[in-house]
Amino acid sequence: MSGPRRLAEAGRIDRGRPIRFRFDGRAYTGFEGDTLASALLANGVRLLGRSFKYHRPRGVFSAGVEEPNALVGVGEGGRFEPNTRATDVFIYEGLVATSQNRWPSLTADFGAVNQWFAPFIPVGFYYKTFFGGPRAWRFYEHFIRRAAGLGRPPRTEEPDVFEHRAAFCDVLVVGGGPSGLAAASSATEAGARVFLVEQDERLGGSVLACPARFDGRDMADWAADVRAKVVSTGGRVLTRTTAAGYWDHNLISLAERLGEPGQTPRAGGPVQRLWRVRARRVILATGAIERPLLFGGNDRPGVMLSSAVRAYVTRFGVLPGQRIVIATCNDDAYLTALQIKRAGGKISGIIDSRPDADSEIVRQVSLSAPVRFDAAPVNAIGGTHGVTGLDAVVGGKALRLDCDLIAVSGGFTPVVHLHMHAGGGLDWDEASGGFVPTSSRQSQISVGAAAGLDGLQQVLDNGWAAGVAASAQLDLETASRAAPMGVPTIAHASRIGAALHPTPGSPLKTTFIDLQNDVTASDIDLAWREGYRSVEHLKRYTTLGMATDQGKTGNILGLARLAAAEGRPIPEVGLTTFRPPYTPVTLGLLAGEATGFHVAPERRLPLDAQHESARVAWQTSGYWRRPRVFPKLGETIQQAGLREARAVRSRVGLTDVSSLAKFEIVGPDAAALLEIVCATSVSKLAVGRGKYTFMLREDGFVCDDGTVWRLAEKQYFLTSSTGGADRMAEHISYVRKVLAPHLRVAVVTSQERWAAATLAGPRSRWVIAQLLQAPPPSHMSALTGRIGDVDVRVLAASYSGERAFEIYAAATEMPPVWEALARAVEADGGAAYGLDALELLRIEKGHVEVGAEIDGRRTPADLGLHRMLNRRGGFVGAQGLSRQALQDSDRQVLVGLAAEEPIPEGAMLIVSKGASPEGHVTSAGARLSGDGAVALGLLVNGGARMGEGLWAASPTRGKLVKVRVVAPHFHDPAGDRFRD
Amino acid sequence: MLLICCPFCGPRAGVEFKFERALETIVGPEMPATEAMSRLYTRDNPRGVSGELWRHSFGCGAWLMLQRDTATHEISSVTLFEAHP
Repeated sequence: MSGPRRLAEAGRIDRGRPIRFRFDGRAYTGFEGDTLASALLANGVRLLGRSFKYHRPRGVFSAGVEEPNALVGVGEGGRFEPNTRATDVFIYEGLVATSQNRWPSLTADFGAVNQWFAPFIPVGFYYKTFFGGPRAWRFYEHFIRRAAGLGRPPRTEEPDVFEHRAAFCDVLVVGGGPSGLAAASSATEAGARVFLVEQDERLGGSVLACPARFDGRDMADWAADVRAKVVSTGGRVLTRTTAAGYWDHNLISLAERLGEPGQTPRAGGPVQRLWRVRARRVILATGAIERPLLFGGNDRPGVMLSSAVRAYVTRFGVLPGQRIVIATCNDDAYLTALQIKRAGGKISGIIDSRPDADSEIVRQVSLSAPVRFDAAPVNAIGGTHGVTGLDAVVGGKALRLDCDLIAVSGGFTPVVHLHMHAGGGLDWDEASGGFVPTSSRQSQISVGAAAGLDGLQQVLDNGWAAGVAASAQLDLETASRAAPMGVPTIAHASRIGAALHPTPGSPLKTTFIDLQNDVTASDIDLAWREGYRSVEHLKRYTTLGMATDQGKTGNILGLARLAAAEGRPIPEVGLTTFRPPYTPVTLGLLAGEATGFHVAPERRLPLDAQHESARVAWQTSGYWRRPRVFPKLGETIQQAGLREARAVRSRVGLTDVSSLAKFEIVGPDAAALLEIVCATSVSKLAVGRGKYTFMLREDGFVCDDGTVWRLAEKQYFLTSSTGGADRMAEHISYVRKVLAPHLRVAVVTSQERWAAATLAGPRSRWVIAQLLQAPPPSHMSALTGRIGDVDVRVLAASYSGERAFEIYAAATEMPPVWEALARAVEADGGAAYGLDALELLRIEKGHVEVGAEIDGRRTPADLGLHRMLNRRGGFVGAQGLSRQALQDSDRQVLVGLAAEEPIPEGAMLIVSKGASPEGHVTSAGARLSGDGAVALGLLVNGGARMGEGLWAASPTRGKLVKVRVVAPHFHDPAGDRFRD
Repeated sequence: MLLICCPFCGPRAGVEFKFERALETIVGPEMPATEAMSRLYTRDNPRGVSGELWRHSFGCGAWLMLQRDTATHEISSVTLFEAHP
């Protein structure tokens, strides 16, 4: 008999509650409390996956989140989660899991041929493919791309909800193992409100795999007491919750699982919750992760971490092998041997790399199992379904051990990830072969195994003391004394020991250091030979530590090999940066409820209901939705836009301009403020008059444009673009509060207070006069009046190139005004028009627009606006404008382009095919009167190139159009249409 | 996520605030052009404490001066903006 099986008794699983699940199409049964890994092992399944590059058979390696091998896809449809560690999923009724990275099946995987290609695909091979010709590369890139990756993402939409919460607490304890429980216990007793978080489904940590008793009881009972205590004082205990990242100012993000991967959450509740906890003190009780040993074939199914074997036996009631070899460098693995013997398992041998060891636990185990010192594994032998034997060297002599499971312990590495996120420091501990936390930048401390301590008594006392100290620092109202810790009863099995290098004689090409990314010891040697000798280069060139397990079991070993090659001590070689999240989080958790419709707010115009009932086609413009066209039956959107624009040119049109930015600027220094914000002069504006204006950034480039009106002696009204509204409001505040705080002026943002409609066209004057029952304002003048019962402000300005009037009313009072205008326009043979028509009209007129011509790289001179500049200077951007480069004659300037066929917007302007671009097309549209197309563009030295023939080239759209350079206005250049 | 203590609102989450610019880059429109461009573009960018202009944009809107360590993110002072003479 060979392979793993369920034990008849013991374990912390609930044998009274069987659970049915499926793996790769086959049905199995496990028990509540089983992980997918333990349940599969109990059913004799050893093969769970295929490795990333070589497709080597892989089985369960660990019993925790550090698992690099047993990655499976869990769930179905939108709930499918690829790359899930089988050791980090607790089975539930109906769970469905599938293996990854294999075709057609796990046992007969075509990808296994990669092992024959191994000499050609060591680390860095992909990088080297870039040095050949592009044609060959495009051929094999196709295959490499298909082979890349492990799991496949779901193709169906996520059906579940993810929640975000914020919380505050006095002390956050990360980790519910012995030191964490002790800290939470003492901190609570000392009066603190404690949050205790644990990634496992139950509290206990390492003691779940250990037979320790505490105060005469099972430690699990003690854990339950601690939980009750924390909760009763207003704290929280969260299980299945991983502390994912430690951010600034003691903010920790927690990823809480309310359901296992693929599991339907309870009645419409969230499936996961992201907590952002601001804690006054943080205690990191994150424990330590065991390292493997380095020898040939150390990746085969049947090679497992010794503490994992112990967890399977003690916690899950599974014996992972029938003839077990234990290979170690410390005492901790002897505790595994003890547990195996207690469960009735058979140990083929224990090989210990130390010259000798005389501790109590070693002596105890030696009585019932063969122990050999000065011994180390060299090569594991086996096939697809696991190891069948181990070649070892004992005192220099070869020895073959028969086995189906090799439990390895190369020492323990403290989990310092969160400590490092928080900006902490590390010290190298030679004896235990790991980095230990030293200084902290934030209010946090590491305790227990995470701090490099050894032995249950020590970690309990250490955690307890940290909880007391944290509470004492907080000056709590409810401070009190915490009762001292009890004493656990357990054989002490020291974890101290390190075996960081392959056993001499191991075949290095199959000595794996990073199991998930298939990085071997020979790969690290190759990287070093090729000159990649900094730890940062080693990481990126070999991908060591870059898989989903982030090198939790392999990083230190890779570092040790680099240091050995360099001949430098390990701490000198250094570590790469630790980055959140500690374990992978699903994107849905980070998105929370900001998905679908809630990704961004939708801003609606005051006249939104009116436009909706007119069945407009909508256009998203920033966060606003604005009418694009008001289509008539049977029209395409393009036809509607042309019809509306022509209606404006020939009769009259009505459009909604409510989203424009608007500002009321009032006070004795109002004009002075405007002359800092705007680059044109303002102070000479007479009361009741307005003018076009534009604004610059500090570097002298045009960033926005609009109009300014003097409504009274000390009252001005500024409008500017919709898209730049929020930015303009910020900018005006900056000028007002930071640059010129001495000015006596008040500014109010009134974008949403006013709704506005524009009446434009040759008949507009007649229409507005009818509605106002009064003479309308002359061009660039303002007046107030009434339309029906509503007070309105009327500004005569033209954007379309026709005579036009902007009618402003309070947003809540606008609907009847719009109705009246619409009826009048309809009656006069005109039409409502939207953004498409507006675009066609302003292009013909040559009006520049923010986002098209005003793209943040144009000076006023580039756009033909330099004559309007305020000669006095003193405006934002005046200094930037004076720079030499902005006076160059080589700059691209605004031109018009005419063609017979449509000109592609964004196309490059070139002199001949293959020439370098000399400009581009910024806005394009159809010619409204007559045939052909017109466009605005920017062209090097455009002013001197009138009449020149060019090509507008858009290779990505496959278009090449012949265009002619003309002046940038196609309609009424003199402006006679709207002047009085 | 930073924790910033607004003089009006008290300690608030960093997402309510907007970083505007380094204090040294506040360039008045009357400043001579060469000095203005130098202040804007020739910068020290220290690894350590520097003065910054922030705004409590999604809170009270106040313009604030922060002394913040660019390496450790420790904020040693938060005050209302005051123009220097």
